[in-house]
Amino acid sequence: MASENGCGLCKIKVDKIGVKKGTDVLLSDVSFELHCGELTALIGVNGAGKTTLVKSILGEIKHQGTVSFESHCGQKLSKITIGYVPQHLDFDRSAPISVEDFLMIGRTVSPVCFIKKKKISRELDEILETVGCKDLKEKRLGDLSGGELQRVMLANALYPTPELLILDEPVSGVDASGSEKFYEVISDLKQHYHMAIAMVSHDLGIVRDYADNVVLINKSVLKSGNAKSVFSSDEFSQSFYSLSKEAEE
Amino acid sequence: MNVIYNFAEGVLPFAWADYKFMVNAFIAILLIAPLMGILGTMAVNNKMAFFSDALGHSAFTGIALGVLLGIHNETISLIAFGVFLALVITRVKNKGKASSDTVISVFSSTAVAVGLLVLSYGGGFSKYSAYLVGDILSISALEILGLLITLIAVVIIWAFIYNKLLIISINRELAASRGVKTALYENIFVIVVAVVVMLSIKWVGILLINSLLILPAASARNIAKNSRQYLASSVAISVICSVCGLLISFYADTSAGATVVTVLAVVFFATYLFRKK
Repeated sequence: MASENGCGLCKIKVDKIGVKKGTDVLLSDVSFELHCGELTALIGVNGAGKTTLVKSILGEIKHQGTVSFESHCGQKLSKITIGYVPQHLDFDRSAPISVEDFLMIGRTVSPVCFIKKKKISRELDEILETVGCKDLKEKRLGDLSGGELQRVMLANALYPTPELLILDEPVSGVDASGSEKFYEVISDLKQHYHMAIAMVSHDLGIVRDYADNVVLINKSVLKSGNAKSVFSSDEFSQSFYSLSKEAEE
Repeated sequence: MNVIYNFAEGVLPFAWADYKFMVNAFIAILLIAPLMGILGTMAVNNKMAFFSDALGHSAFTGIALGVLLGIHNETISLIAFGVFLALVITRVKNKGKASSDTVISVFSSTAVAVGLLVLSYGGGFSKYSAYLVGDILSISALEILGLLITLIAVVIIWAFIYNKLLIISINRELAASRGVKTALYENIFVIVVAVVVMLSIKWVGILLINSLLILPAASARNIAKNSRQYLASSVAISVICSVCGLLISFYADTSAGATVVTVLAVVFFATYLFRKK
């Protein structure tokens, strides 16, 4: 399902990721591939290790295994640029920091309070338009709605242009229209940027509508494939429906 | 300095400009106020109001240490201890599980108690009580030069670390995920704050130094919408209030430091009423 800019040939290989905490095994032997121009959903029950997996890929926790990038011509890179949109940004909402300040921090070494370069300012206009936040540049971060904030976080994650974009339950706690808008932007990005997208999500409806591939995990990979094949698998019903049965009982 | 004195006497049509100590105090205020206005913005952003209060109080131990070690120049022991304490508090705060206000409170009260204990030995504390409220009118030309150099150094360091501090103030994890060495920049910042606080404490006083650091930035937060307005209004409020306070204190014959802080407090409440909801 390659799109116009994503050739579908570049791949990010998550190879045999394993994480232990003391004697507990949080993840073992997790391997899958992410392709550019595709959205891969990581699903699993609570405690299945989704967040641990994201942290391993980001390199924030010690893990076994590797994450590598292979371009369409077979060239390998061990270090890739990863854009990350966290689940929920905890920050002081009264802080006098504008969207422009925030997005400019990573793009310039000169202090954003003194110098606002016109070139960067124009780049910000473009990126804000891409994420559907055109008129928000002057707004304070604390004045944004949940959906707007997540799209600004997305704009932040798109610089420098990542090979892999990771979304960790990006719209939990965001209202329905905000959530819909967010995924419209993601679909658009998938079309126009040359990157792979990995998304952790609890919302199986969203996964069905937007994901090209689904990886079901519980400590290790139980099943992967397109949404339809994963949702109709035994592993999927065992993971999710046994839980709902327990809850009913 | 003579040029400045002549200038002040000739140009400024006020009675106070005839007094050398007032001109000195005036220049000193013009240097201390922007320092506090600049550093205060990040201190408030990073919720360090209580931290800087503790730092001010620890000056007692800094002086006491100087006395014990026989260091003639109190400023050296003040700064050394201030920097040490700032780094220790930051480290314990980031590592420990106790809430940061508890950690800071423990350090603050210990530093005050130990300092008072040593300085009061043999009943000699009255010598040091001037540090409580400070005396800006006693500042000398050489000390003013020291403040000027400090201001220039702080502005240069500030320009280098500003963006990093700003993203750390939004969210530490986010900053770390963008490759910012959070502990390093936090340490640089607390060292700068410690040095500035300890250099100014003799003139501003232990009891008032924190107000001078926190109030301008707190007032600026009420009215600013972005980081530029925040920094600019913090420095402007700091300078204007300090100058007004100093002049009022001259005519009303009150303590300079206390008058400055009172003016700052009035401005804080005024901006609080007009803050953007």
